[in-house]
Amino acid sequence: MAIRAAVRRAAARSGTQASSLASLAERLLTPHGVDRYLELIDPMLVRREIRGEVVALRRPTRDSITLTVRPSRAWQGFAAGQFVRVTVDIDGVRRTRCYSPAGSAHRDGELEFTVKAHEGGLVSRHLHEHGHVGMVLGLSHADGTFALPEQRPDSIVLIAGGSGITPVLSMLRTLVDERYPGEVSLLYYARTPADMPYAEELDELASRRGVRIHVRHTAADGHFTADHLRRVAPWFARATTYLCGPPPLMEAVRTLYADAGIAGQLHTEEFTPPVLTVAASEAGGRIRFTRSGVDVANDGRTLLEQAEDAGLSPDHGCRMGICFSCTQRKVSGVVRTASGGESAEDDEEIQLCVTAAAGDVDIDC
Amino acid sequence: MTGLQDRLTPEQVEEFGREMDELRARIVADLGAADVEYIHNVIKTQRGLEVTGRALMYAGFFPPAWLAGVGALSLAKILDNMEIGHNVMHGQYDWTRDPALSSQRFEWDNVAPAENWRHSHNYIHHTYTNIVDKDRDVGYGILRIDPAQRWHPYYLGNPVYATLLAIFFQWGVMLHDLEVDRVVKGERKWSEFREERRRIGRKMGTQIGKDYVLFPLLTGPLAPLTFAGNAAANLTRNLWAFGIIFCGHFPADVESFSEEETEHETRGQWYLRQILGSANITGGALFHVLSGNLSHQIEHHLFPDIPARRYPQIAGEVRAICEKYGLPYHTGPLRKQLWSVAKKIVKFALPGSGDSTPEPATVERDRTPAAA
Repeated sequence: MAIRAAVRRAAARSGTQASSLASLAERLLTPHGVDRYLELIDPMLVRREIRGEVVALRRPTRDSITLTVRPSRAWQGFAAGQFVRVTVDIDGVRRTRCYSPAGSAHRDGELEFTVKAHEGGLVSRHLHEHGHVGMVLGLSHADGTFALPEQRPDSIVLIAGGSGITPVLSMLRTLVDERYPGEVSLLYYARTPADMPYAEELDELASRRGVRIHVRHTAADGHFTADHLRRVAPWFARATTYLCGPPPLMEAVRTLYADAGIAGQLHTEEFTPPVLTVAASEAGGRIRFTRSGVDVANDGRTLLEQAEDAGLSPDHGCRMGICFSCTQRKVSGVVRTASGGESAEDDEEIQLCVTAAAGDVDIDC
Repeated sequence: MTGLQDRLTPEQVEEFGREMDELRARIVADLGAADVEYIHNVIKTQRGLEVTGRALMYAGFFPPAWLAGVGALSLAKILDNMEIGHNVMHGQYDWTRDPALSSQRFEWDNVAPAENWRHSHNYIHHTYTNIVDKDRDVGYGILRIDPAQRWHPYYLGNPVYATLLAIFFQWGVMLHDLEVDRVVKGERKWSEFREERRRIGRKMGTQIGKDYVLFPLLTGPLAPLTFAGNAAANLTRNLWAFGIIFCGHFPADVESFSEEETEHETRGQWYLRQILGSANITGGALFHVLSGNLSHQIEHHLFPDIPARRYPQIAGEVRAICEKYGLPYHTGPLRKQLWSVAKKIVKFALPGSGDSTPEPATVERDRTPAAA
């Protein structure tokens, strides 16, 4: 006992020493801070910021790429289903997008990101064309409420379409890793077999006890129906469901759950930005970005798009209302959000990327 | 002297403004990885010099090492404040969206907190450039540098104040942001600056802490030498920054303006005032970098938020446009500009120095009033 206590005391002491050394270094290297010096030696040495180095890379399908990323020391792990803001430099400009790690939350020493190259997708195209082992990415802490709760539900349904597989695959792998005792079923839609980044992995996971996986190829066998769900999870009405995929799939599943009166058991994550424009007839008025002293005629598109077109560069991340990086204070005016809500409240925090102005609006941005 | 408004016809001013806008748009469209690589290289050099300077203080007992240490640290502080700090805080790299290059987040190696400085410099000075009674950089509230400032016996001390300001420049900038001169005169209340004072207190603590306490203590018995070395580096930076900045707006042929003539200014007229109210300094590439490219004060005042490395590239074009419209383009070597500023500081210390005859400008001016 005495030995163990001594070891513990020594560990605590060396911990305090390390942290007081770090704080001395911060005082010496003020105002820029230690990271601004360490990164010049090696970008992965940073202490406060999080970065990730690509340690492996493969191309599971024609238009997707899977990056295995080792995060730097400030990384604190993630809950299965959450996303991370990934930043890359493209022609001198930092671009940030949200990606969900697809691996098990119990193996967070390495993160796996599978990115599908979208037509005109700046960051996804860049990763496809320039991704390489040794590439360093900027990372954020994991974020988002689309995640498995600490107290695991008794039975779980996962529904995914296309690249929406990543957060639910992370959930499935996490559950398998911890020998989840309940039932878990995955219903997955991919356009064709050639569009499936995780075919082998899913085969392997399907052989685990308690796991059922049903894959459908929409090009050949059509879109979501209640039958597909009943086949893989006849007990879905008493399960907790996690859904991520393209808008038509999301809509179809939502309708089914709402009709069955179990909408409260469905958790969703949008992967594509909801289309948001206020009809031109209702748009009108002017948007004033008060801090920048810029004033533009409102054309009904999102406030983020209009701010950017006006030459401003407000912080932002996902551009689809998930990450809250673009939150700014609305001083006054009526705004409409992508979810259909309308608000005229003054001094309200709004997400620029999913909010459009209906008439005159002042934003402290 | 030709007034601001009657140098060019209103049509000429607008045409001139359009040419400037076009030049700006062309550069903005061309910004990219090369600009980021440039500033990263400057930052790398600055951090390298800083670490070298700090390390050489451990050999401070050997005079050449001490001198080299002071030199390296001085250069580091100059690069940090001028080519990096001043320019980053102008928003020249905000388009990169890199938090380390963000005008709102950057903090410099200087006792004046970035946030206070951004207000007095980016907003007050760059908006109201050389408008007497509005631009607080005209004489910094303590010097008489312009005939339009009314003489007072206090100004007999002009040369002494200027010398002290040069030596303690970073402290001067800090107090300037606090508008201490106006507080003393009773024009503003001390209590209005609570936020600013709080920031200054914190910044002073960290700056004094590292240069005058921690780094000296870390060199053990050499502490007094390290203390002196760090003070010398701060002094060098102060003198250099003072020199460059005073040459930017105060050489003899640079003009100042009244509030009346600048009311309801158009974009073109604003550009015009920036050109007439600024002066460049000639020199080599290294000199330009060490001046934070404020040696291209004219280009900087026209386009304060364009990366400074672009100023030398567009200087020829700006000068050609000035010539086309018969506008002066003030420029000269550092010693000539400094001498001209020094003479002005002495001259305006004395009463009866109301009107000044401008020295000939570098570019011939069109002195026929162009107003239709």
